[in-house]
Amino acid sequence: MKKRKFGLAMSLVLAAGTILGACGGGGNEEEQGGTAGEGGNKEDAFTVAMVTDVGGVDDKSFNQSAWEGLKAYGEEKGLSKGKDGFDYMQSQSDADYATNLNTLTRQDFDLIFGIGYLMEPAIGEIAGQQTDQNFAIVDAVVEQDNVASIMFKEQEAAFLAGVTAGLATETNKIGFLGGMAIPVIERFEAGFRAGVESVNPDADVQIQYAEAFDKAEAGKAIASKMYSSGVDVIFHAAGGTGNGLFTEARDLKKKDPERKVWAIGVDSDQTAEGVVTIDGTDHNVIITSALKRVDNAVKDLSLQAADGNFPGGEVTTYGLTEDGVGLAPINEELENKAEIEAKVEEYKEKIKNGEITVPGSYAELKTFSAQ
Amino acid sequence: MSSRFTNILIPVIAVFLGVLAGTIIMLVSGYNPIAGYSALWNGAFGDIYYIGEVVRQFTPYILAGLAVAFAFRTGLFNIGVEGQLIVGWLAAVWVGVSFEELPKIIHLPLAVLAAAAAGALWGFIPGFLKAKFRVHEVIVTIMLNYVALHVTNSIIRNVITDGKERTPNVAESASLRSPFFESITDYSRLHWGILIALACAIIMWFLLEKTTRGFELRAVGYNQHASHYAGMNVNTNIILSMVISGAFAGLAGAMEALGTFGFASIKGGFTGVGFDGIAVALLGGNTAIGVVLAALLFGGLKIGALNMPLESGVPNELVDIIIALIIFFVASSYIIRWFIERISKKGVK
Amino acid sequence: MEYVIEMLNIRKEFPGIVANDNITLQLEKGEIHALLGENGAGKSTLMNVLFGLYQPEQGEIKVKGKPVKITDPNIANDLGIGMVHQHFMLVDTFTVTENIILGKETTKSGVIDIKTAEKDVREISERYGLKVDPSAKISDISVGMQQRVEILKTLYRGAEILIFDEPTAVLTPQEIKELIQIMKTLIKEGKSIILITHKLKEIMEVCDRVTVIRKGKGIGTVSVSETNPNELASLMVGREVVFSTEKTEASPKQEVLQISGLKVKDSRGVEAVRGLDLDVRAGEIVGIAGVDGNGQSELIEAITGLRKTSAGTVKLNGKEIQNLSPRKITNSGLAHIPQDRHKHGLVLDFPIGENMVLQTYNERPFSKNGILNFKNIYNKARTLIKEFDVRTPSEYTLARSLSGGNQQKAIIAREVDRDPDILIAAQPTRGLDVGAIEFIHKRLIEQRDNGKGVLLISFELDEIMNVSDRIAVIYEGEIVAVVDPKQTTEQQLGLLMAGSGRKEAEEKANV
Repeated sequence: MKKRKFGLAMSLVLAAGTILGACGGGGNEEEQGGTAGEGGNKEDAFTVAMVTDVGGVDDKSFNQSAWEGLKAYGEEKGLSKGKDGFDYMQSQSDADYATNLNTLTRQDFDLIFGIGYLMEPAIGEIAGQQTDQNFAIVDAVVEQDNVASIMFKEQEAAFLAGVTAGLATETNKIGFLGGMAIPVIERFEAGFRAGVESVNPDADVQIQYAEAFDKAEAGKAIASKMYSSGVDVIFHAAGGTGNGLFTEARDLKKKDPERKVWAIGVDSDQTAEGVVTIDGTDHNVIITSALKRVDNAVKDLSLQAADGNFPGGEVTTYGLTEDGVGLAPINEELENKAEIEAKVEEYKEKIKNGEITVPGSYAELKTFSAQ
Repeated sequence: MSSRFTNILIPVIAVFLGVLAGTIIMLVSGYNPIAGYSALWNGAFGDIYYIGEVVRQFTPYILAGLAVAFAFRTGLFNIGVEGQLIVGWLAAVWVGVSFEELPKIIHLPLAVLAAAAAGALWGFIPGFLKAKFRVHEVIVTIMLNYVALHVTNSIIRNVITDGKERTPNVAESASLRSPFFESITDYSRLHWGILIALACAIIMWFLLEKTTRGFELRAVGYNQHASHYAGMNVNTNIILSMVISGAFAGLAGAMEALGTFGFASIKGGFTGVGFDGIAVALLGGNTAIGVVLAALLFGGLKIGALNMPLESGVPNELVDIIIALIIFFVASSYIIRWFIERISKKGVK
Repeated sequence: MEYVIEMLNIRKEFPGIVANDNITLQLEKGEIHALLGENGAGKSTLMNVLFGLYQPEQGEIKVKGKPVKITDPNIANDLGIGMVHQHFMLVDTFTVTENIILGKETTKSGVIDIKTAEKDVREISERYGLKVDPSAKISDISVGMQQRVEILKTLYRGAEILIFDEPTAVLTPQEIKELIQIMKTLIKEGKSIILITHKLKEIMEVCDRVTVIRKGKGIGTVSVSETNPNELASLMVGREVVFSTEKTEASPKQEVLQISGLKVKDSRGVEAVRGLDLDVRAGEIVGIAGVDGNGQSELIEAITGLRKTSAGTVKLNGKEIQNLSPRKITNSGLAHIPQDRHKHGLVLDFPIGENMVLQTYNERPFSKNGILNFKNIYNKARTLIKEFDVRTPSEYTLARSLSGGNQQKAIIAREVDRDPDILIAAQPTRGLDVGAIEFIHKRLIEQRDNGKGVLLISFELDEIMNVSDRIAVIYEGEIVAVVDPKQTTEQQLGLLMAGSGRKEAEEKANV
């Protein structure tokens, strides 16, 4: 018995040792060779990298969007993916953020993005330790001289989505499906409700949170309940949970092609998720999407930093004016498409010229409604 | 062939096979395996910073592994380590942020013990239900994981903070962070928790192998009927086992709460540490020393793997597969043992 | 004479041991041939070689005079060899027919033709006198019936040679009689049988010849008509064996165990013990005779604290102990050799040494302040192992790897060593060979001679008759008669056990 345990212990030590040995052997010679072939980068290029949150780089949402932005930046500067151009690291868990940020620091990237509010504590801490390194964070504010914070006026995009929903509804019942009750989603909700109110004060907006960004089945259940209670337009700000909304809308449309079921997407143009083929003709249940152009913001900030204008210690807010948020094209199938487009344009202008300040919180929404 | 030599040889072959399988996969997919593995090595041990991070990751793995292993030794399958870890995390942070003026010598132990107690409570529920009503602990612990996740989220949002998605950082007096460790490991998050984790491994070994209580727990684990017949209180031992297991899990949460993070945030999903603990425990043969070594392997692979895509270009998904293969081969050393025995038998003929 | 099977000079090695060393067994057509040996002598290995599960290192197997190589059980089946296993290999939720055709289903265009199969099964069962209901579920029929299904399975596959592995171990006396009848019918129908057993009585009753093996070596083959149980026993064990255990007259003293009006429900809530009265005095062995399922298990569990009683009292040395915890009962002077040694007697994955202190680990000198003292534990274990002749490589060996007899000896060592006032021995010799049985009987009598009370529960009438000073017959949860073994015959006991003498017994009790 004892012998066996000792054997096991020894063996595990050895197991660990062998991995290390096996990998260590060829290590150093290869290090330089690894990425040399991909080259084509200038010695003095301004290199940029990002760390995704747990969603990963292909989350069809803002991590992916940020990566698009980095790629666009690289294209503009003639850089390629790699340690001396632009690159990303993915995080498997919350604990990995700091490790990944540190790794990129060690690789001497000139600017490192942390994508998502989840990254805030890690950026805050590491920026304090690595004072010579420049960081940027999306969707959160870190008050340090070597950190540029990127915020969005999601409420403005959501406002336009609200305008669309308010005009598109026939039952005067509209739904909002939130991921988790966090400040970003609060901005979406407040803006959306303000938008609906502006064009259709009689409409009733049902609010529901799924308490998760990755539970499509929960999204489907909530959407199903809303639609059956007479809601005909639902806007989601719930990441992957929102895919359940689209599934439900498509299913309902398939069952009854005459029925008006509409959904509004978020972050990127999600039109592709809404296609239903009935009797050979394509329909789409998605009216439009409230766009959050993380890609534009990331690219813009990278370019600024490359030109020596790194906005360290500042909060850069991207709104309609900066082309940081927007609304995707309106679905052709909507009967009052022209009317909606006109109204959207009208409010766009009002927001841009400051005539309307879109509420970004429940408190602001209250005062907005009062007016 | 002497049995000790075989025992050393088997895991060596296992790891070798895992590495070999990974090599083949990388070659087939068109990546350079040498670059891949050197990135793995460098990402885990190539720099003092990474060594610090490996040890940091190693710490909760030890405790989660011990939690699963302890219950296993008493014949219980505690899948609820994840939930117990989460409530422990919350409890540690709660104590950590609630007191401002306490001296460290009181505050830190209080926060750590609160985590252990919260985990223990979370383990007590399935233990009690199993003992009194024969409700299977797997069902209860799985369900309690979800309860833990959502209850802690709600407490963070509504009780500890005012609608925020994360708590403030715990007071310095409750932190396991170590400026000394940070300075020698170039700002890694290595913290004092490693000492707690190693101490717990020794405690588990001593408790199970050397005490009358451990004798009872093991006896109940192997044969409840014989234990009952011999006069042991089976129900008490079931509950106690789950309580101790939960306490270990709660401590794993304290490591994250007071060491790695210093706060608790609203979680959209599980941390995964508790579930990895099942693999750590099984790989370590449910013994204290085995768990420690398996946790080291897991910690090293986990941290090292982060570096693979960046440094060698091997995509994340492939990295996951390669890591899984290495663990798979180590875990299925039975197959290798069988081969060795066959070969050596043929040799005799 | 024609041999249907010849196993010549078989040698089978496992790492470290020679399980079969130069064993020869020749089976004549139409005979019942016993394979006799102690537990662990190598009987099962030899049969597994014949059945194709093991390959011999040396030796030759001939079937009907032709040399064959049996490399897997399917080949054995094709050669007409069938095995009736000791532990039945049946699917509980299937019917008798489904079990019999399992793996050899008759199909009609891809669908199992259960009607034809049932007809075939009925035909075979009638031919060989194996009464079974082909459409009954296995879980609904008795153990004896299940064994018949096993036999039918081999016959359905066309077996000419049947191997019975310890077939009577699980049967009641009545079922044993029926089995013997079945075996005789099979022989009449031209089959040949190898019977693996260590029960000498059965050999004398049904077998034609016996091959004895001892510690892996073939000792020889003798005709049953030319031998006697004593000779067979000494061939098997290698020394003289005393059958009727020598004992002096009992000198009973005060009552140590008093049971009155005891009622106990079984797991399904049915009353299994129905107002039972029984006394055991110091210095006597009371045997409880009865057919399995008449409340014996529930009675033992109630006495030892493993099961709650619903009425009545159990007194140990005058103090009531019913419904106390097992530990309290053990500590007040009761020891128990459980019926199922694997389930209740031992923690099989503990070393034998730790099993020796399964109840006393929390007492000094085995522990102090909650810390175990392994030195003292293993010293004690060494002493007991020596004293009770437990054959084990060391005290660190897992209990699992010991043979049944040695496991039982270890339990007895542990229980007797605690110096109890009363020892409950439930089927203490089940599945053991004569050598071990003799040893255990001696120990029980030794306890009695030391002034302890012993309560012996057994389904073996021989054992009850041999060892007991008084016999209490249990029937449907009550003691229906208490008799003196010297003034009773097995037939009388059998009648009482079957409940037919109940009235008579009641009358006696009233007098």
